[in-house]
Amino acid sequence: MDVGKGNGNGKKPRKQYSDRARAERRLGWMLAGPAFLVMLAVTLYPILQAVYDSLFQFRLTAPEERAFIGVENYAVILTDPVWWIALRTTVFITVVTVVVELVLGFALALVMHKALKSVRGPLRTAILVPYGIITVVSAFAWFYAFDINSGYVNNWFSWVPGIDENLNWFAQGGTALFVIMASEIWKTTPFISLLLLAGLAQVPDELTEAAKVDGATWWEQMRKVVIPNMKAAIMVAVLFRALDAFRIFDNVFIMTNGAYGTEVLSLLAYRQSISRLEIGLGSAVSVLLFVCVLLICFVAIKLFKVDLAGSQGGK
Amino acid sequence: MTNTSTKGKVLWAIVSVLVLVYALFPVFSILATSFKTPSDLTSGKFLPSSGTATTSNYEQILVGDAQGLFLSALRNSVGIALIATFIAVVLATLCAYAIARLDFPGKKVILTTALAVSIFPVISIVTPLFNLWRTIGLYDTWLGLIIPYLSLTLPISIWTLAAFFRQIPWELEQAAQVDGATTWQAFRKAIVPLAAPGVFTTAIIAFFIAWNDFVYGISLTSTEAARTVPAALAFFTGASQFESPTGAISAAAIIVTIPVVLLVLLFQRQIVSGLTSGAVKG
Repeated sequence: MDVGKGNGNGKKPRKQYSDRARAERRLGWMLAGPAFLVMLAVTLYPILQAVYDSLFQFRLTAPEERAFIGVENYAVILTDPVWWIALRTTVFITVVTVVVELVLGFALALVMHKALKSVRGPLRTAILVPYGIITVVSAFAWFYAFDINSGYVNNWFSWVPGIDENLNWFAQGGTALFVIMASEIWKTTPFISLLLLAGLAQVPDELTEAAKVDGATWWEQMRKVVIPNMKAAIMVAVLFRALDAFRIFDNVFIMTNGAYGTEVLSLLAYRQSISRLEIGLGSAVSVLLFVCVLLICFVAIKLFKVDLAGSQGGK
Repeated sequence: MTNTSTKGKVLWAIVSVLVLVYALFPVFSILATSFKTPSDLTSGKFLPSSGTATTSNYEQILVGDAQGLFLSALRNSVGIALIATFIAVVLATLCAYAIARLDFPGKKVILTTALAVSIFPVISIVTPLFNLWRTIGLYDTWLGLIIPYLSLTLPISIWTLAAFFRQIPWELEQAAQVDGATTWQAFRKAIVPLAAPGVFTTAIIAFFIAWNDFVYGISLTSTEAARTVPAALAFFTGASQFESPTGAISAAAIIVTIPVVLLVLLFQRQIVSGLTSGAVKG
């Protein structure tokens, strides 16, 4: 009730202002609080629980053997080459997919930005389709296309050296990773190109026009005018995609289930806790994975800040 | 740049075709597979061999042996994703309204929390939830998926809606009040029509995200009681031990793709503005 009165009396003299501010404050938290609490409950609580569980030797299949062992789980994981190989694979997938998606996404954004009015709509719709496809469906589409039994890729590309009808893409790390990354790139490039399209729209046309008048080539316009002006959009796109790629799970689970050196960190955590019911070890892997994601964020934010300051100083 | 020349038009036609092929080819690929007979699956051809295209894969999952498996997963997916979307959008609308409209300390904290939650690796949350849900009986239930889905849908809903709501000219509400409307009337007549498209767009994006989930789906369910479509696809087995379920999975994949692609086609403009305003301007 106060609240309505507070709002209605908004134009009152300064003396009343603190009352009104207090009411607004209360209303603000009343409205925003539930969402805030739910977010904390569904993420902060489980993460704390994971930290706690990671200090125990704890198998669901042998609950009576549960015992506090401190950081031993972490020691086990960090001295096991399985962790380091999974980390290397995950970082490799993240770096390659983000770089390819950035280039491809930028090209698609340019196409959408410059396209004739008549094709702009259909192009944008088509580019959005992969975004709407379930990752698991996209994983199956790529898997079946390359699969040695049901696939047509070997048939179509038999003229490429190294590809013949007996090539089993999913029986070796390199080729399996290639298909995994290809499906990941296909599915998530739309997101990055939409962000870049929004960034492109914010580059003032006069700047590119001026550069063109000065005789700059297309490449020079891009490098000196367009890209520096959409740095923020690029940084946001790279950060979001990198964090997302680092958590890759669906594609790998469907295509190889981690075999042949394609295991990634999410899959390692899944195998420990859900498949093997090693809650202690699995929790420790989960916590380490979370720490990795935090590190990426931290580095990105640092770089971002430095960049922002640099570009402001430059002008 | 004027694109009126013939050469420019031809160039754009080629570029457009390339982009269309890139975006749609994998979809056609799985569509073609879904119409193949078991014996045709190993032909190494893209399209079903002439004259052998069959709808038996669709029959198998809609009225045949795999019916129970697929239809229950479909029902779970639709129900769970809709409920999670609804809760997330209601909570996020209140929250984003407060952030855009009211002055209170802690706005930054809320937005930062939302960002932090959205970067959480799902797998890190799923391990403790798996254990907890088994203890308190939420394992393999709808509620057991709806709650974790909020961690996926709430943050992006808050960011997108806050960005939408910031663009609304809130003075309209005061103007309406000056014209004699009550607070509630002013809000309903002046603000709701402006906010509704943003809320609707957010709901579509949140629904996509819930519909797409795989990790929670396979980790927190074990039976038809709550297993969602993506999880069911992964655990699908063929009609017999010796038959790989390629055709049936492809058919199921197409069925669950159609509604989403239709949504994309219908609302592409809003979806684009929602995604980009949440991420870039936020």
